[in-house]
Amino acid sequence: MSSVYSEIILDYYRHPRNKGTLDHPQISAKDSNPLCGDIIEMQLELDKNSNVSDVKFNGQGCAISQASASMLTELVKGKKLDEVRNISKEEILSLIGGQLSAVRLKCALLSLKVLKTGVYSYLGSASNSKEELSAL
Amino acid sequence: MQRHAQVYPSKKTSGYDVGRVRADFPILKREINGRPLVYLDNAATSQKPVQVIEALDRFYNQYNANVYRGVYRISEEATVAYEDARRKIAQLINAKDPSEIIFVRGTTEAINLAAHSWGRSNIGLGDSIMLTEMEHHSNIVPWQQLAREKGASLKYVGITEEGQLLRQDVRQHLEEGTVKLFAVTHVSNVLGTINPIRELVREAHKHGCKILVDGAQSVPHMPIDVQDLDCDFLAFSGHKMCGPTGIGVLYGKRELLQHMEPYQSGGEMIREVHLYEATFKDPPFKFEAGTTDIAGAIGLGAAVDYLSKLGLRNVRDHEREITKYALEALGEVKSLKMYGPTDPETRGGVASFNLADVHAHDMASMLDEDGVAVRSGHHCAQPLMERLGVAATTRASVYLYTTKEEIDRLVASVERAGRVFKI
Repeated sequence: MSSVYSEIILDYYRHPRNKGTLDHPQISAKDSNPLCGDIIEMQLELDKNSNVSDVKFNGQGCAISQASASMLTELVKGKKLDEVRNISKEEILSLIGGQLSAVRLKCALLSLKVLKTGVYSYLGSASNSKEELSAL
Repeated sequence: MQRHAQVYPSKKTSGYDVGRVRADFPILKREINGRPLVYLDNAATSQKPVQVIEALDRFYNQYNANVYRGVYRISEEATVAYEDARRKIAQLINAKDPSEIIFVRGTTEAINLAAHSWGRSNIGLGDSIMLTEMEHHSNIVPWQQLAREKGASLKYVGITEEGQLLRQDVRQHLEEGTVKLFAVTHVSNVLGTINPIRELVREAHKHGCKILVDGAQSVPHMPIDVQDLDCDFLAFSGHKMCGPTGIGVLYGKRELLQHMEPYQSGGEMIREVHLYEATFKDPPFKFEAGTTDIAGAIGLGAAVDYLSKLGLRNVRDHEREITKYALEALGEVKSLKMYGPTDPETRGGVASFNLADVHAHDMASMLDEDGVAVRSGHHCAQPLMERLGVAATTRASVYLYTTKEEIDRLVASVERAGRVFKI
């Protein structure tokens, strides 16, 4: 079994990229995981073509939740909003690598859930957004 | 240092053979990631000895029937076994009479029963209920609900930095004269603190205040004598004391139970039912509506036999020795913060800790990689977490089968986590 606590995860946890807040985000969302007390806030700034021009996350919690949030910010930077909307949980899990128990999956996917909540509410909550969110 | 009634002088646990005890627990032969399972989440639930598993098996294979009203052989056998279990439990805690033992699902339901049946008739507008900062949610929320319903208030007893109750809070609240009930844990499920129940009972009774003891973390681990303690209610769970899940006990003094309203109503708790009214049986049956967890009660009876044979004093002595060893070994880990009393004489077999800034869930996941099962999180004690100023802790809790070698595995794994997280 490969440990989820790789050098990479620890590096993102100890030296998070894109951590902080934006001055004028068009998209902003926050949520917590009651089991762990993980808190993640995601903020996005868009350019006129709806590309993600800047992104920050803020929060506290376990290494998996914080590292995955930081990795997610790098993944979405420069992407079109439509692409951001379609990021799958498999993409996040492959970035994290290693084996996660069912309970810890929630930690790993909290930032994606927060990001999508923000994007959907910005897009005016598409009809299927609730289903997509609950699948996370 | 004040003397605690439930603390017994150290003595050699001669005759206690932990290797033989372990052989009774089939699950302890399991391997996780190629290494023997080290089970240190006993405060959440204990493992089951083969004697209990076989008792359940025997019931279902040989005399499964509903109790009391069947006039045929196997129903009679089931009834005898069910009532035998009640008698054994009464003996274990030295209740005056088996009728003081009410079967419920667990500690949570026991406390809910007391809040519903005793609380609703005895707590009124302007009264107060005294709790402590170290209570489990199950000994907080039912009282919050009751207080809201009745216009009563809650008063909290604080704790010292080491995790002992602030006795001056107890005194002050009682002297105000409105406290009708003190609901307090015997042993903290986070700190391990053993509260001086005997003294607290005497103090409460002087002010006409009843006392309910949450025994979830004490009854499985040490000798309990309800007549000596003189507590009014004692709640505990079967599954934390080698018994099956789904069965637990509310002990109540007979004179209190007799005057209490039923909890749930329906079959088996009635004396007579007419179209518009019904009369109820005497305790404990008044509080056991419907078909109860017969198998669970019989399984718990077998667990009590098992514990009685080992001797709870021996169990306590063994656990104190292991706890002392664990506190010392963990205490030597760099940057590790422990919570709770430092003296193993005044604490049960629970060790809560945090390693520098490593999140408790990361710690528990890392230990799991090494086959060490511990609990992480708020342990259903959020007010206590707030008091300690932490979001979560990692908790290792021992039981009668825990060995020093297992503590070594725990400590080695904690140290590995420290290296991975570069502490």
